[in-house]
Amino acid sequence: MNAWIEKQRHLIDFTLASLARRRTKNLGLLLVYTLLVFVLASVALYTHALRQEAAQVLKHSPEIVLQRMVAGRHDLIPPGYLEKIGQKGPLRGVQKIEGRLWGYYYDPVVKANYTFMAPAAEAVQPGTLVAGPAVARSRGLAVGNTISFRAYSGKLFSFTVAGTLPHASELVSADLVLMSEQDFRAFFEFPAGHHTDIALSVANPLEVRNVAAKLAAALPDSRPILREEVLRTYASVFDWREGLMLALLSAAIFAFAILAWEKASGLSAEEKREIGILKAIGWETGDVIKMKLWEGGLVSLTAFLAGFVAAYVQVFRFGAPLFEPVLKGWAVLYPRFELVPAIDGLQVATLFFFTVFPYMAAVLVPIWRAAITDPDSAMRS
Amino acid sequence: MSVRPSTLAFAIIGLAIAGFAAIFLDAAGLRARGAAELAARGALAARLGLTDLALFTEARYTRHPSQADLHSAFQDHPVALEHFPTGSLLPPPASLVSHHERLDRKAASPD
Repeated sequence: MNAWIEKQRHLIDFTLASLARRRTKNLGLLLVYTLLVFVLASVALYTHALRQEAAQVLKHSPEIVLQRMVAGRHDLIPPGYLEKIGQKGPLRGVQKIEGRLWGYYYDPVVKANYTFMAPAAEAVQPGTLVAGPAVARSRGLAVGNTISFRAYSGKLFSFTVAGTLPHASELVSADLVLMSEQDFRAFFEFPAGHHTDIALSVANPLEVRNVAAKLAAALPDSRPILREEVLRTYASVFDWREGLMLALLSAAIFAFAILAWEKASGLSAEEKREIGILKAIGWETGDVIKMKLWEGGLVSLTAFLAGFVAAYVQVFRFGAPLFEPVLKGWAVLYPRFELVPAIDGLQVATLFFFTVFPYMAAVLVPIWRAAITDPDSAMRS
Repeated sequence: MSVRPSTLAFAIIGLAIAGFAAIFLDAAGLRARGAAELAARGALAARLGLTDLALFTEARYTRHPSQADLHSAFQDHPVALEHFPTGSLLPPPASLVSHHERLDRKAASPD
């Protein structure tokens, strides 16, 4: 065993000495290789963390949201609608039915859209509002301040700020403005008894699809939106952004592939002569291949590990300054949040496979070809 | 006695592996620290029945993409182009990235 280890160490010593002879070229390759892994790993880590965040937060959203459609557009739910669902009786398994009140308001002061909401679960006193963190920040609001909004009817409404939502919830609440039902209806001149949409809670997750199908059958003008569809929407949004980033990076990936292939497969005359001499002094083909395997393994493993660690530090310790604008998007009221790290084992394995193995293969094939040729002709060529 | 190149190589690889293992520990630590805030976000989403992330607030179909009309990209008229920047790579307007001078630290407040 010790003899085997000693032999491998000598092979490594030899290959490192050989690499050191072409120091600049090999260090350059290692640097570019590390940078490539860094860029790919940064994109993968960032989008995975965003996807996970969306999935974790939105798994608490309503199981079904029922909208009413008129001429292909989302319309208000009239008063009789809720009762109609109740009477039809296809709703066995539905725990809670709740009409929701929410809408959009464009604030010309900061040129941004707010989401106004009258939550059923939260008691907001009439004449007051609870502001989302980004709204409070952009308008400079603090508890006790008064703020006025001009409604779409032209009337001016003033509210006292009763509170702001916590910063920790900013990712879902940045632009929210919570107010009482009475204020909401007066502000938007919402007809009495009408709701924006209906949220349904279903106890058994296996029943959600059945309930949605029955609802769609009982109310042909309705559009049920399932929680799983919401989760899928977000997964696809971030997949798309990741794909966009990777498409832009593909030129760099191909450039590296050409560089690595050129470096690894195009044996220089010097390297060929080196192999010829090694064989002439008694090295076996297996030894030459082992030596080159160590070379490829050490270079690619170092590049992979260094690139991945640097990517992690960049994304989760420094807030991903390099890719954030593309991957997160932007808006006037942009939430400030820190991503919770999520590392996907499969993603790490895939990245490892697609960066380390091609390099090893590119190293191995030409060396095997050179190693099986006659030492005399290898030295002469 | 000089250090053998293989010893140096093993030391570098060993360090890199230790760094790689450390990021998993660090991630676990950050996850544990952020768990309460994540739970708070989830609780707020459950309490208010929120369906979307507040990432892109410029239009109703970008603020609530999951609740938007079907074919929402064409909702203004049948061949309408996307006119909000979320779907593209336009840089944000200068007013979003420029910083104003902080006058409150320089100017003397009037009595």
